[in-house]
Amino acid sequence: MNATLTILEAAVVMLGLVILLLDLWMPAAQRRNLGYAAAAVVGIIFAGSFLIDASQAQYAFGQMYVMDSLALFFKRFFLLAAMAVLVMSVEFADRIPTGISEYYALILFALSGMMFAASANDFILVFVALELITITFYILTSFQRSRLPSLEAGVKYLILGALSSAFMVYGIALVFGAAKTTNFNELAGAIRTIVGQPVYLLGLLLVLVGLGFKIAAFPFQIWAPDVYQGSPAPTTAFLAVGSKAAGIVLLLRVLFSAVPEVTANWTKLLMIVSGVTILYGNLCAIPQRNLKRLLGYSSIAHAGYMLLGVTAMSIAGSSAILYYLGGYLFTVLAAFTVICVVMREVEGDDISGVAGLYQRSPLLAVAMTLAMVSLAGIPPLAGFFGKFLLLKAVIEKGAVQPMYYWLIGAALVGVVISFYYYLGVVRAIFWSKAAESQTVIPLSRPVRFSLYACIAGMLYLGIFPNTLVNAAIQASKALRL
Amino acid sequence: MSTLTYILGWPLLAGILVVFIPQNYRFAIRLIALAATGVSMLLALKLFAQFQTGVAGYQFVQKAAWVEALGISYHVGVDGLNIGLIVMGAIVAFAAACVSWEITERQKEFYVLLLVMTGGILGAFASLDLFFFFFFHELALIPTFIMIGVWGKGEEKNYATFQITLYLTVGALIALVGLIALYLQAGANTFDIAELTQRLTANPLSVNHQYFIFPLLLFGFGILVSLWPFHSWAPLGYGVAPTATAMLHAGVLKKFGLYGLIRVALPLLPEGAQGWLHVIAYLCLGNILYCGLVAMRQKDLNLLIGNSSVAHMGFIFLGLVSLNLIGLTGAVVVMVAHGLLAALTFGLSGYLRQQMNTLDMEQMSGLLRRFPFAGAALIMAMMAGCGLPGFANFVGEVMVFFAAWNDFPLVTILAVWGAAIIGGVYMFRAIRKVLHGPFPEWVGAHAVDASGFWRRLPFALLLAVLLLLGFVPRLLTDKIKPSAENIVRLATRTGGSQLEAVKTVQDR
Repeated sequence: MNATLTILEAAVVMLGLVILLLDLWMPAAQRRNLGYAAAAVVGIIFAGSFLIDASQAQYAFGQMYVMDSLALFFKRFFLLAAMAVLVMSVEFADRIPTGISEYYALILFALSGMMFAASANDFILVFVALELITITFYILTSFQRSRLPSLEAGVKYLILGALSSAFMVYGIALVFGAAKTTNFNELAGAIRTIVGQPVYLLGLLLVLVGLGFKIAAFPFQIWAPDVYQGSPAPTTAFLAVGSKAAGIVLLLRVLFSAVPEVTANWTKLLMIVSGVTILYGNLCAIPQRNLKRLLGYSSIAHAGYMLLGVTAMSIAGSSAILYYLGGYLFTVLAAFTVICVVMREVEGDDISGVAGLYQRSPLLAVAMTLAMVSLAGIPPLAGFFGKFLLLKAVIEKGAVQPMYYWLIGAALVGVVISFYYYLGVVRAIFWSKAAESQTVIPLSRPVRFSLYACIAGMLYLGIFPNTLVNAAIQASKALRL
Repeated sequence: MSTLTYILGWPLLAGILVVFIPQNYRFAIRLIALAATGVSMLLALKLFAQFQTGVAGYQFVQKAAWVEALGISYHVGVDGLNIGLIVMGAIVAFAAACVSWEITERQKEFYVLLLVMTGGILGAFASLDLFFFFFFHELALIPTFIMIGVWGKGEEKNYATFQITLYLTVGALIALVGLIALYLQAGANTFDIAELTQRLTANPLSVNHQYFIFPLLLFGFGILVSLWPFHSWAPLGYGVAPTATAMLHAGVLKKFGLYGLIRVALPLLPEGAQGWLHVIAYLCLGNILYCGLVAMRQKDLNLLIGNSSVAHMGFIFLGLVSLNLIGLTGAVVVMVAHGLLAALTFGLSGYLRQQMNTLDMEQMSGLLRRFPFAGAALIMAMMAGCGLPGFANFVGEVMVFFAAWNDFPLVTILAVWGAAIIGGVYMFRAIRKVLHGPFPEWVGAHAVDASGFWRRLPFALLLAVLLLLGFVPRLLTDKIKPSAENIVRLATRTGGSQLEAVKTVQDR
């Protein structure tokens, strides 16, 4: 047994427990600052992850848990995301009347679930990790107990999340029934005879439904706008970055490590899902006035872009997804940090809330602008290079299967549409008549730092993509592609 | 480091610098913009002087790996095809910075965007790597949209912004797909144009792939150059754009599509190009005749200039389809000449709009009485626009007509008609209507002619270069010739018989 492999997860869980305990002895006024401490420790764990060598795949718990370059890539990703989300939560603390420490702890528990998901090599661990993420998110989404939209978001997420979990566990049962194993290595190895069995395929389809729900791909996207809109901003950010990335890594593992033969037959299905997701997300985002809801639809569209890389079925495709997620991390976190700070006074998170932001706080305005520009995919920001890699991966396949060209067409239409609403936000920031309050927005030092880090990340990845591209290619080699 | 890196780097650096200057320091901001574009221009002129004429290869090359896994490198260099464009771009950028005194609101943001746009434009023409070629173009394109959307003038501003953004984004993305497809099909794992050229000369792509990729590049780039019938964004967009933006986009950035076709599509996809030449030949008539006729009916001076600028793109396309040395050289000369001309006319019309508060030709007359300098410059620009000898445009257009005669006699006859008659009609009518006659009484005393060194400098500079190249076209053509020969050789290589034909043409 090689349980020491899970040291990163163990550290995160311990941190969560320590925070819960500290809450008992700390005066209420100081609890808020626990978030900074937690973020710092997560940062230390992130730094510690560079001591781990994962060039060879190592297994623990009877091959249920794998530690390879892909797992490590995503663990670092989740740790970074959680750091920024924790800093954001401190900013949000005054809007949560009770129990901010529990909020921090739940974020950490969700983080550990995501990190387990990154290492899942068995359907059982997939399910456990997903439940750990989803159940903590039920609470996180409805954490503002006195706010009706927050409760509504929680209930919606609970009902649809439970439904998708049910689909998933049913699917896993069917797969186990047909293949007599839930382990990815065994599934990929010895069972070519069952590939055509309807029960087995139905089971996998149901698993995909569960994962489609996680990443908010069409037609399982229906929850995303409402939940994004209603949840507290840090929760939404973590949902948009962490939960989505967890869904993506599981999708990659299931499709390319567990059942590559089946995936090869499902290319067209995935292409349709990807294309429709892109168009749906972008078209629905056009009329939105609520900033969080707009980002909800935009996150659906981005799930579609990432699925482009899945449909490519190649190292180029999956490494493009990893790069894209890397850029997406900084971009979305910057956007939500700004929303979290700015929307303090504005009820309803309307776009007009950022009007004249440039006069109130140039840093926030610049961060939000860069985030929008990066999401739209404009150079020299990270989003542009990510889209470039994804398109390249798909075009590469176009020579084999012409249907890819339709997919490219859909993606391009989506990109053009997205310009409209992303630049609409930029326009509001710089050029629309400002709202009544023209006061300068105070920024705490950690938020400032977090914003600078996000801006630097977006620009660095856009201008010097070499490092991340190489890391992404290395990580994708862990898949059976 | 190559001089080219400095030429495109100074504006970008200055753009970043301006971001950190407080808004109130307007004079400092303007000074930095002028200095950066000025230095860029001087360096470009130095480059032009040091350029070794008669050598076919790339000069002033700098190459640094950027993303090794994908074969992307920062690679800049000049040869005969882009040296003229870079010098022209740098001059226009300086002129555009000069005329930007008309911007009174949010100057800081305007100059940041202007400098980024300048750096992007110069980078796009200097890049010898397909990725950076596209990257820099996008870097220049987005500021264009924002500048039109924010500082644009006139009631149709929002519609025009929407239209130009939509058209140009679609065009750029189609071209991007074409470029990626080209990269992947070449299978050399490099975006480097020089390496791709070598590779594809040795192992050309299959004809099917070429037929498929070429139209992507043709229509993608074509939309960017306002190839008929994808031109409708251009007149309106330029009509509402702030002066500097119109000068830079109509003058320089628009040539990116043509440059891309000549630099990438023709030599790398010869058979695809030959299959599509006839289509382009007839589409370019759409530019020359249709847009010329539309220009005749315009009541707004800016729309007239915009339509005439679209019409001029037709001549460049015509030079391109002739696919011989004279034609390609002519096309490049027209690109440079039209860049200067478009910048000059849009600069002048912007100045007049600033003074008169309108460009409605019904309301204007006798401008020469109040604006002797600007009016005279406008007359010269319009004469250059209808191809008067002595201006660089004449040189390029004549070369294009000579070259196209062999393969497309009918198209050439119609194109000459479009240049000489239609162009003459709308230009002369505009001159009579706007510049001659009595000066209208409703104009207050605030409308004054361009006076003083800085107000006159941009126009004088552009006119001077236009005249210089008109009288001494060898300055350009000698530099273009070896590179154009190279492109023609690559673009016409297919079967043996055609190769022979080319040889005889070249021997002649």
